[in-house]
Amino acid sequence: MREMYLFKSGPDKFCFVMALALFWVPGVSFAAGKQVINIAYLTQNRVQPPQWLWFDVFAKEAGLAGAELAISDNNTTGKFTGQQFELKKFIVPAEANTVDVFNKDINGKFQFVVVNLPPQQVLQIADAAANKPVLLFDAGTIDDALRNAQCRRNVLHMLPDRAMRADALAQYLTKKRWQKWFLVTGPSPEDALFTEALKRSAKRLNMKLVVEKKWQHTYESRGTAQAEVPVFTQVDDYDVLVVADEQGEFGDYFQYRTWSPRPVIGTQGLIATAWHQTHEQWGAIQIQNRFKDMAGRWMQEADYGAYLAARAIGEAATRTQSGDLAKIKDYLLSDKFALQGYKGNPLSFRSWDGQLRQPVLLAAARSMVAVAPTEGFLHPKTELDTLGHDQPETACHYEEKHEN
Amino acid sequence: MKINKTALIPLFLLSAGLRAETVFVTLEKDNALAVVDPVQGKLVKTIAIGQRPRGISITPDNKFLLIAVSDENTIKKVDAETFKEVSLLPSGEDPETFALSPNGDKVYVSNEDDSMVTVIDTAKNKAIKQVQVGVEPEGIGTSPDNQWIVSASETTNMLHWIDSKSLEIKENTLVDPRPRALSFTADSQQLWATSEIAGTVMVLDSKTKQIIKTIKLNIPGITADNIQPVGVVIDNQRQRAYVATGPANRVAVINAQTYEVERYLLVGQRVWNLAFSPDQKRLYTTNGVSNDISIIDLDGQKVVKSIAVGSYPWGVAVKP
Repeated sequence: MREMYLFKSGPDKFCFVMALALFWVPGVSFAAGKQVINIAYLTQNRVQPPQWLWFDVFAKEAGLAGAELAISDNNTTGKFTGQQFELKKFIVPAEANTVDVFNKDINGKFQFVVVNLPPQQVLQIADAAANKPVLLFDAGTIDDALRNAQCRRNVLHMLPDRAMRADALAQYLTKKRWQKWFLVTGPSPEDALFTEALKRSAKRLNMKLVVEKKWQHTYESRGTAQAEVPVFTQVDDYDVLVVADEQGEFGDYFQYRTWSPRPVIGTQGLIATAWHQTHEQWGAIQIQNRFKDMAGRWMQEADYGAYLAARAIGEAATRTQSGDLAKIKDYLLSDKFALQGYKGNPLSFRSWDGQLRQPVLLAAARSMVAVAPTEGFLHPKTELDTLGHDQPETACHYEEKHEN
Repeated sequence: MKINKTALIPLFLLSAGLRAETVFVTLEKDNALAVVDPVQGKLVKTIAIGQRPRGISITPDNKFLLIAVSDENTIKKVDAETFKEVSLLPSGEDPETFALSPNGDKVYVSNEDDSMVTVIDTAKNKAIKQVQVGVEPEGIGTSPDNQWIVSASETTNMLHWIDSKSLEIKENTLVDPRPRALSFTADSQQLWATSEIAGTVMVLDSKTKQIIKTIKLNIPGITADNIQPVGVVIDNQRQRAYVATGPANRVAVINAQTYEVERYLLVGQRVWNLAFSPDQKRLYTTNGVSNDISIIDLDGQKVVKSIAVGSYPWGVAVKP
């Protein structure tokens, strides 16, 4: 997860960046005989984390370019169907309150809102919109809580959550028979959440947690990694070192420095991700190239999330020949909805928690290692539901908590 | 690639009862062309052909092969006997699939990255027009009566009907998601198209441009997600249609009169493209992952042989 840096690290990582877009066209309108569908995109720009490596491209606008590409794709289709998609960007200064901006400029004025924000803000916005005709497309979070106890009826989640990612890794390790894990967790709250997801997967797939340790050193200790990592990793025998380090503070320094020669997987080494620059199958190379031509850099996970969000709206609007929120939402959550996500299987939403079901890529820095679900993990409905929280396990109960 | 033209088999071959045909297969990862003798059941030779060869077609006179070498941004025209390069067609960027007009005077190329169909005049070896279509055009075909060129755009989910005289889009049909490949029936009355992610085959009426039948492929023991129809061909009498199902590793045999699926024939892994033998007694399939081609005997409706050809067999063309 090194190159994504989604919204996991708190508000200190954001800064003031751009002014607001000031004009908007409410709801759906018709311009020159065309049905116009307005989509709002709400985000805060990010600042480069201190541990960022100089050779990695830091895209402070990651996400936006994906939404823009999807709008362009939607409009190419729209030329033939008489629909036009407009993206209104709201890029909020860091110290400004995104909820205020949402309430002032978006709530009730846009039916379709792509939000690329940290989990707490997504929840606040969802609650602010609870009684308004608004559907939120969460393009940035990977939190399991937002798909379970904290789920909201008016939010659809585009990126695989931590549980799906952990399951993808565990399925692959099952296939490899690398069942003995040495689990290392970093200091951030997000690392603890990923560790929780990894433990859930380990239990589901019968992995053995041989050793569990917390990485307590600061990331400055990378300078002394050669000395510290071998000592830290001198533990009982294990097959793989599973690392939970979403900020990329130390995980990379474990590779090639462990006491025993063992591979590193998790947030570094072999990672589980929705998108990766090495991915080329199923037409992916086409969108990789189109994106690069447009944005001047390779597509990142946040871009993919925002792309899928705006494409999902486009696909449903094309199919229903409508810009109507109720019709589009019904279609999105129906069995008919099938989104092409360049990962082989059609993507669709889980009705029980609004999560977009999708394959998860397992990638090393320069090669695509495998794509989960791993062959042999079966499911009566779709093998994609072997990843993450399936219907019987969900803790999301819309009716009880958030009756609209 | 659709190569369902009925080439006349020379009389002396018929009288001798020989099947002298040659099967050509593009090998995407080997940058090569495999030449296969299907009677002997063996790979005759492999020829370096250029970077990332994919779509392949044989000219109506059977003298030349056209091969899209995607990473060289061109379509190579080579002599079908000597494999010497004759010319390079100005295909536009990253050509993958293309279709020949029935008499071979034009080549229509899908330019996936640019959402265009490039029209090439083969006599002048010149691109004469680019037609703007939907996002990621891929499957493309011409009607045998030379009225229509149809382009399928994978992300727009449409079939674009381009009039062959004006070279303009006359109609667009919204179809199931990620349409991949298409073929007209020999009488040009119907267009068959596959949807990779809906797992369907759609039959369209060429007059109304509407879908008259959607056939959902169901294979016992294989989840719907893994049934990803790609290549489709229909025999000249419209008795049966054959559909490659990608990672489901099977060819679906569909009764083209009743639209019932008759059977699924197990071939190689990730079956992509299909081509008939000139007498339509056999069907050749390219199997992208198992690196072979399968030969299906159509009288017996049985897979009779598979032949290893090289890495990522993609397109297939047959010379009588």
